[in-house]
Amino acid sequence: MLKITNVYKTFNVGTINEKRALEDVNLTLNDGDFVTVIGGNGAGKSTLQNVISGATTPDSGKIEINGIDITKFPEHKRAKYIGRVFQDPMLGTASDMWIEENLALAYKRGENRSPFRWMISNDKENQFKMSLAKLGLGLEDRMKSKVKLLSGGQRQAITLLMATIKKPDLLMLDEHTAALDPKTASLVLNLTNEIIELDKITTLMITHNMRDAINYGNRLIMMDQGKIIYDVSGDEKKKLTVEDLLKKFNQTKDAPSDAMILG
Amino acid sequence: MLGSLLGAIGQGVIWGVMVLGIFITYKILNVSDLTVDGSFATGGAVFAVTALANIDPTICLIIAMMAGGVCGFITGLLHTKCKIPAILAGILTQLGLYSINLRILGDKANVSIANIDTNITFLAHLTNLPHSRAGMLLGIIVSIICIIFLYSLLGTEFGASIRATGNNEKMIRALGVNTDNIKLFGITLSNMLIGLSGAMLVEMNKYADVGMGKGAIVYGLASIVIGEVFFRRFSNFGIRLFSSVFGCILFFIIRAIVIRLGLKANDMQLISAIIVVIALAMPIFKENMAMRNRGASNA
Ligand SMILES: Nc1ncnc2c1ncn2[C@@H]1O[C@H](COP(=O)(O)OP(=O)(O)O)[C@@H](O)[C@H]1O
Ligand SMILES: [Mg+2]
Repeated sequence: MLKITNVYKTFNVGTINEKRALEDVNLTLNDGDFVTVIGGNGAGKSTLQNVISGATTPDSGKIEINGIDITKFPEHKRAKYIGRVFQDPMLGTASDMWIEENLALAYKRGENRSPFRWMISNDKENQFKMSLAKLGLGLEDRMKSKVKLLSGGQRQAITLLMATIKKPDLLMLDEHTAALDPKTASLVLNLTNEIIELDKITTLMITHNMRDAINYGNRLIMMDQGKIIYDVSGDEKKKLTVEDLLKKFNQTKDAPSDAMILG
Repeated sequence: MLGSLLGAIGQGVIWGVMVLGIFITYKILNVSDLTVDGSFATGGAVFAVTALANIDPTICLIIAMMAGGVCGFITGLLHTKCKIPAILAGILTQLGLYSINLRILGDKANVSIANIDTNITFLAHLTNLPHSRAGMLLGIIVSIICIIFLYSLLGTEFGASIRATGNNEKMIRALGVNTDNIKLFGITLSNMLIGLSGAMLVEMNKYADVGMGKGAIVYGLASIVIGEVFFRRFSNFGIRLFSSVFGCILFFIIRAIVIRLGLKANDMQLISAIIVVIALAMPIFKENMAMRNRGASNA
C-alpha cells in the first residue's frame, strides 16, 4: 500500500546546523496496517510523515502509494491519498469557518472544487450531522459555530473526522493527542481507534506514550537517529511490555523523554 | 447639504467597488496587496483611451476591468512563482505601473473625456438625471452586481477554498488545494474590481489622471474599518461585503464634512491614515488595557 525505499533527508546541508533526519529508511505498509511509531525527540518521526505527505522533499529515495510513485508529487497532489492530524489543534481546522464548512472542505479532499456548486447541500448537511453525532460531543447541534469557539479536544476530534470523512488510503497522526489533557486525550484516542477499525484505514500513528503504542494497532516501529531500529507486529507486538520498550530505548543514543517514561 | 450628501454617496458607491476588491485580498485571502494605487489608475487610463477610440463604453469598462486584472496577475505571479513577499510584489507592480499608465495616457498626466459618450451619460439620458446622480446610479448598480457575484462565489466549493486559503493555508493545502493558484486568482480578481472602479471614476470625473490612484489603498482600508464599526457582529459574508461599500460611503460623507469644516480634500490622506492606524492598533491597546486591569485586580 505504502512503500518507502532508501529515503534520506538532511536539513541545513553544509552548515553548522547540518542534521541528518532520515537515513536510508525503508518501510512497507500493508492494507489495513495500523502502525504506531515511537522514538525520542528528534528521531525523525515527523520528518518521515512529512516526506510521505510532501510537506518535505526527501534528498533521495522513493515513495509509492498503491503502486504509484508519488516522490515528485507536490503536497496538494498527494492529498487525494492522505489524511493527516497534527499535534497542534490549531493546524487542522480553519478557525474562522463553521464546523460544517470545515467538514465540507475535507469532504472534497483531493477532488476538483467547482465554482458552480454550493459547498454545502442539504444531503451533505445531514451526513455531516450524523458523523458529528458519532463523536458524542454534542457538536451536531453546533454545525454553524466557528471552529475557533471550540476547545482543543473538540477541534482535534473534528480534525480527525475531517481526515477520515472521505476514507484516505493512508491516515497519518502526529502526536495528535499530546496537546490535550489526559481525559480528553484518551477520549480522542478511543475515537481514533474506533474510526480506524471501523473503516479499516491504513494508519501511521506517532505517539510519545509507550502504553498507547503497545495497546493500539497491529504493528509498532521505533525510530532513532533517522533510522527504523525496531519493527514488531502480530503476536510479538501483543506480548510487548513497557519494560521491553524501555530496554530497547536504553540501547539507543537518544534518551527517551520524560513523557515517554511516564507513559 | 442634501446635494453634497448625495455627492458623497455617489463617490462612495463608485470607490466602493474598489473596496470590495481590497476586501478580497486583505480580509479573505489575508494577503496585503499594494498593487491598488497603480491598478486603479490603470483601469481609469485604459477606460479613457478606449472610450476616446469610440469603443462602446460598456465594453470599455470590461477592458478596463481586464487591465486591472492583468496588473493583479503580475503581482500574483511575483508573489507565488518568484516567492517575493506580497507587499513588495505589490509595490514593485505599482511602481512599474506608473510608467505604464503614463504611456497609456500618451505621456500626458491627464486626459479629458468631456464630450465622449459613457455609461453615465447614457444613464443620464435614459433617466433624465444630472450627470453626478446618474454616476451614483451606475455605482449602485455595479456595486450590487459585484456583491451578489462575490457572495455567490464565496459560497461555492471553489470559493470556500479561497476563504480557507486565507484562514489556514497549510490545512487547505493538505486537503489538496494548490494555494498558489488560489492566491493568483484572488489577487487577479481583486484588481479586476479595482480597475473597474477606477474606470467608473473616470466616467464620473470626465477625465483620467495618472495620479488618481494615489492613496487608494489607505482609503480602501479606512472604508473597511469604518464599515466594521457598524457591522462587526455579523459573520454573514453578504453583510460583510455590503459593510465594505457602506464604509466607503461613510468615508466620503466624513470627507465632505471635513471639507465643510474648512480642511482641504488632501487632508483626507492624513485622516485616512490615522483611521487605519487606530483600527490596527486598537486590538493591541485593548489587550494592554485588559492586562493592566488584570494586574490591578490581582494586586
Ligand atoms: N524544517 C527543519 N529544518 C531543520 N531541521 C529540522 C527541520 N525539521 C526537522 N529538523 C530536524 O530533524 C530532526 C528530526 O526531527 P523530527 O522529524 O521533527 O523529529 P521527531 O518528530 O521524531 O521528534 C531533528 O533534529 C530536527 O531538529
Ligand atoms: Mg515530531
